[in-house]
Amino acid sequence: MDISTKNTQAPPPAPQPSVAEQKRAARGATRPGDRIFLGLSRGSGILLLVIMAAIAVFLAYRAYLAISKDHGNFLTTFEWNTGAIPPVFGIAVLAFGTVVSSIIAMVIAVPIAVAIALFLTHYAPRRLSGPIAYVIDLLAAVPSIVYGLWGALILVPHLTGLFSWLNDYLGWTGILSWDGGPPRSLLTVGILLAIMILPIVTNVSREVFRQVPRMHEEAALALGATRWEVIRMAVLPFGRSGVISASMLGLGRALGETMAVATVLSPDFLIHGSLLNPGGGTFAQNIASKFNEATEYGRDALIASGLVLFVITLLVNGAARVIIARRKEYSGANA
Amino acid sequence: MKLQRMNRRALTLGALAVSGALALTACGSDDTGSKSSGGGSSASAGVANTSSIKCDNAKGQLLADGSSAQKNAIDAWTAAFSQACQGVQINYKGSGSGAGVTAFTQGQLAFAGSDSALKPEDVEASKKVCTGGGQGIDLPMVGGPIAVGYNLPGVDNLVLDATTLAKIFNSDIKTWDDPAIKKLNPNAKLPSTKISAFHRSDESGTTDNFTKYLKAAAPSVWGKYSGGKAWQAPGGQSAPQSAGVAQQVKQTAGAIGYFELSYAKDMTTAAIDTGASSPVKPSTDAASKAIADAKVVGTGKDLALKLNYTTKADGAYPMVLVTYEIVCDKGNKADTLPATKAFLGYIASTDGQSILTQNSYAPIPDAIISKVRTTIEGLS
Repeated sequence: MDISTKNTQAPPPAPQPSVAEQKRAARGATRPGDRIFLGLSRGSGILLLVIMAAIAVFLAYRAYLAISKDHGNFLTTFEWNTGAIPPVFGIAVLAFGTVVSSIIAMVIAVPIAVAIALFLTHYAPRRLSGPIAYVIDLLAAVPSIVYGLWGALILVPHLTGLFSWLNDYLGWTGILSWDGGPPRSLLTVGILLAIMILPIVTNVSREVFRQVPRMHEEAALALGATRWEVIRMAVLPFGRSGVISASMLGLGRALGETMAVATVLSPDFLIHGSLLNPGGGTFAQNIASKFNEATEYGRDALIASGLVLFVITLLVNGAARVIIARRKEYSGANA
Repeated sequence: MKLQRMNRRALTLGALAVSGALALTACGSDDTGSKSSGGGSSASAGVANTSSIKCDNAKGQLLADGSSAQKNAIDAWTAAFSQACQGVQINYKGSGSGAGVTAFTQGQLAFAGSDSALKPEDVEASKKVCTGGGQGIDLPMVGGPIAVGYNLPGVDNLVLDATTLAKIFNSDIKTWDDPAIKKLNPNAKLPSTKISAFHRSDESGTTDNFTKYLKAAAPSVWGKYSGGKAWQAPGGQSAPQSAGVAQQVKQTAGAIGYFELSYAKDMTTAAIDTGASSPVKPSTDAASKAIADAKVVGTGKDLALKLNYTTKADGAYPMVLVTYEIVCDKGNKADTLPATKAFLGYIASTDGQSILTQNSYAPIPDAIISKVRTTIEGLS
């Protein structure tokens, strides 16, 4: 595999053109246009690093100001009271809520998105797949506050049926028991986030599935595979890293979603054993709802919580890169 | 050529449409204005107001920001004031008391609005902005009752006292047929529904004032919480902004929540048993009566109030909040000072205060507002 990639990337073995190319390349690098372009692109790259570093330093400094005066444990305190004397705040509930609601969203959204993408690329008649893809694109353009309003006015009242059903049949598990309060819980947030991240995961997955080399599919068909077997043996392995990337994009949106969560959730600073009981909170929701009335110190504390979200996002993206790197041999680059 | 003509025609059409819409909306607001003031005795309030405003050659733009609780009052005042003083533009953003005070101490505003009086550190910070040895002072301008709204079909005249209210909001009382509620409402048919107590999920001056009341009037239950803008008691549900809480209470059977009176339209509100001869329903008059019991605790020109939450005066509704306008006593910016004085002078005037009741706010009682007027005249 490796050898074959090297062969395709290396210049053709004929000696004359390679020498000519080298000369041209050497001369090209000294031309003013190339030098200017080199400078511009290098400058942009450095500028990006400087901006990122400046943001990180700013966040870290303000976070340090807040955390150094925090009388609770920043990581384990179940309270957010920056106005109290002495101030007490911690991110335990926010981290829990952010991660749990995003996981719920991924569990619901990714299988559905992959199914839609497969339907559009391999099952739907062409006349149908165009409009459906277009509608999904439109879903991505709906502002999140609109999702929030829809969630609060339509979704929440209609979830009581689902919640009581879950409580009747799965209530014994503890995490799906329900005390009958309004369904403004982490599960509600997860469902809403799932709908919100569906378009981006679907669209990227669809593009990836479309790139599957026709030869692979035809080869599988020639061996007598059914359409489902083609998908299982050719399409899915080829698209796996693409689907993972798509999911990460969706996860990024779910982790950072603000207004929709703030509208639908009934936030408090407790970790509830059940996903159906109202309560919990997320980083972005907490920042949005506390920022307006916060004092200078309160804002520093919120910035500290934002820094943690920043770190969580970095970790998630890093993990995704590792997973994708491990599966590189399946990716489209060397197919 | 043709295209250009088309464009011009489209432009004229657009301009016509816009100006027509403006004219229509102007008519609309006039109509509602006369209707709402026609309800009371002051049918000619609008005219009288404009004539009593002294512009004193005030010009320019007044930037202000702060408490969202008084935003509607400021909007009503601005409408009347800018009719009389065409040269002054007032821009009040209701981004919250904290944001207002911060922006004021950074010198960005002519005045700030706040639900709670300046803290010592805020006063210290204001000294940088108020040149010539001045400092920020609190001027009480708008009072408002905090209503407790509930959603309990068939129960119209719920009576609660401070201790019961505190126990409902910290989850000690969990159902509507609790003996403590029954005792206060012997004639009501209370269902066994679970109570969903709603509080604010954002930090809020309303929460601050509501819990200050609970702390003062029900210390045995609420004494252990430190208070402040963030909600602290366990349990219950939460929603963002007064509008969010009100909407959830309307939507949820068995719900109860607190918000400014103006959000309690089409909703039943609880009367408070204060120990007076009969329980008091939230109203602007009842709130003014309670504010009359307040003491001025600010020093110098500062007129910060200490409310008497345990008042037993007949007809006084004790759960009130007072919002302040914050200005420098000395050293206001020279270019905005005339406009600031003119506007604040108007809102503290009899006419200015009389607009408040139309918007579900409570006027500041005479004894206090007269001090405010003198202070405003002395601003420099």
